[in-house]
Amino acid sequence: MLHLILFLFFGTICVAGAINLLVQNHPINSALSLIAVMASLAAEYLLLGAEFVAAVQVIVYAGAIMVLFVITIMLLNAGKEERTRGSRVAILIGVPGVLIGAVLVAWTLLNRSDLQTVPIGALKGDPSDIARLLFHDFLLPFEVTSVLILIAIMGAVVLASRPEAVARGPRKDAE
Amino acid sequence: MSITAFVIISIIKSLVVIVVLLTAVAYSVWLERKVSAHIQNRWGPTRVGPFGLLQPVADGLKFILKEELTEPHVYKPLFIAAPIISLVFALTTISVIPFGNWVDIGPWGTYLQITDVNIGLLIVLGITSMGVYGVALAGWSSNNKYSLLGGLRASAQMISYEVSLGLSLVGVLIITGSLSLRDIVDAQRHLHWNIFLQPVAFFIYLISAYAETNRTPFDLPEAESELVAGYHTEYSAMKFAMFFMSEYANMVTVACLATLLFFGGWLGPVFGPELLQMILPVVWFCMKVFFFMFLYVWVRWTLPRFRYDQLMAFGWKVLLPLAVANVVVTALIVAWRA
Repeated sequence: MLHLILFLFFGTICVAGAINLLVQNHPINSALSLIAVMASLAAEYLLLGAEFVAAVQVIVYAGAIMVLFVITIMLLNAGKEERTRGSRVAILIGVPGVLIGAVLVAWTLLNRSDLQTVPIGALKGDPSDIARLLFHDFLLPFEVTSVLILIAIMGAVVLASRPEAVARGPRKDAE
Repeated sequence: MSITAFVIISIIKSLVVIVVLLTAVAYSVWLERKVSAHIQNRWGPTRVGPFGLLQPVADGLKFILKEELTEPHVYKPLFIAAPIISLVFALTTISVIPFGNWVDIGPWGTYLQITDVNIGLLIVLGITSMGVYGVALAGWSSNNKYSLLGGLRASAQMISYEVSLGLSLVGVLIITGSLSLRDIVDAQRHLHWNIFLQPVAFFIYLISAYAETNRTPFDLPEAESELVAGYHTEYSAMKFAMFFMSEYANMVTVACLATLLFFGGWLGPVFGPELLQMILPVVWFCMKVFFFMFLYVWVRWTLPRFRYDQLMAFGWKVLLPLAVANVVVTALIVAWRA
């Protein structure tokens, strides 16, 4: 019972935050609602017994990535956005698309009789279990992903340093 | 244990811990003023009470009674929310910090800790990583260039040093094999303190922790010689006091964590009658934490401030590679021994 109440509570915060993210017309308010969404998602993971995933969710998304978002907004001093009436494509294709997707998901879930619910706490999210999965069972995909991220970082560095190098020539002074 | 007993014990523990923490915060301000005065050959607070011991009370009264200014140019919702965010996250971390062993009170027994979580360390890291929003939003919502610069510096600095702080803890975690703060302390019995096993990690932790809490030599976000007062330029009265309290509460948390991870927590010689055996671990814990608080003040009044580029270069080019090297060496040694 308590679980259900908490689930509904954090679920409501999550959905309300997501809607608020779209409705707000100041970027910093949108970023803050996104943080609320991340934090309530972490609470939902906690309710499922996945403590480690919940902590990582907070540390990585709410604590690191969103801080970078907020810094960027602060640095650019982004002001209020003007409200437009939205693109016609989004209304004509997007809204029906979302509706069809939601109906499809609900229909499949309701029609599969072999789906079972898992009692809370039956799935173990211990750090050691996750480590075994990542570094033993799925070692190759994990390593490939890390190489992928490294490539993305190098790409970002190259892109960031290029215009300066063209404009000033090779830099001799070390910062 | 029945649910009623559990609830009663939890409430009592939370109340005691919060009261002790807030008192510790108030008196660390007194400690700061007193120690800094003696370092500079002055007396510090002496007028209010013996040795100026009632000074924190006077300060508190002053903060409450002062006029609360909210300038017309600030972005009000966030301007009010920012100090609250700072203080809430600074005070929450104490809930997973263990400060003693199991004690028996009449028919019931409890660990001296508000709640024992098996990923306690990660919870602390998560909550402290959220604390940066208070400072960043305060800087932004003040609508003032000094505040904005202070807020930007704070966020950039905290992100940079959080990386090496997190990595410095990995060495300890590899040795212990657990994320529970209680297990980490239990693994340090018989003077196997992690400071002896992980000296490099300890110094990386200490330096990054100073940067995380915005203390000199890393107090760039509020560098008064260039930014007036940094992110809290526009704050006055109780709102300013909340930033002040959260800074000192963060210092207490960081000192507690250093004690638990590297200095054996509440472990120490235990002897005498039963009551003394119950109290002594807490005494050792408090003494170790006090040592770190003193060190904080000592460092602040001894070292000058970094320049901003030095700060960033030091964080990314010295501390981070050192922390990574420490993790690799520790992992190799542990794997070789296994």
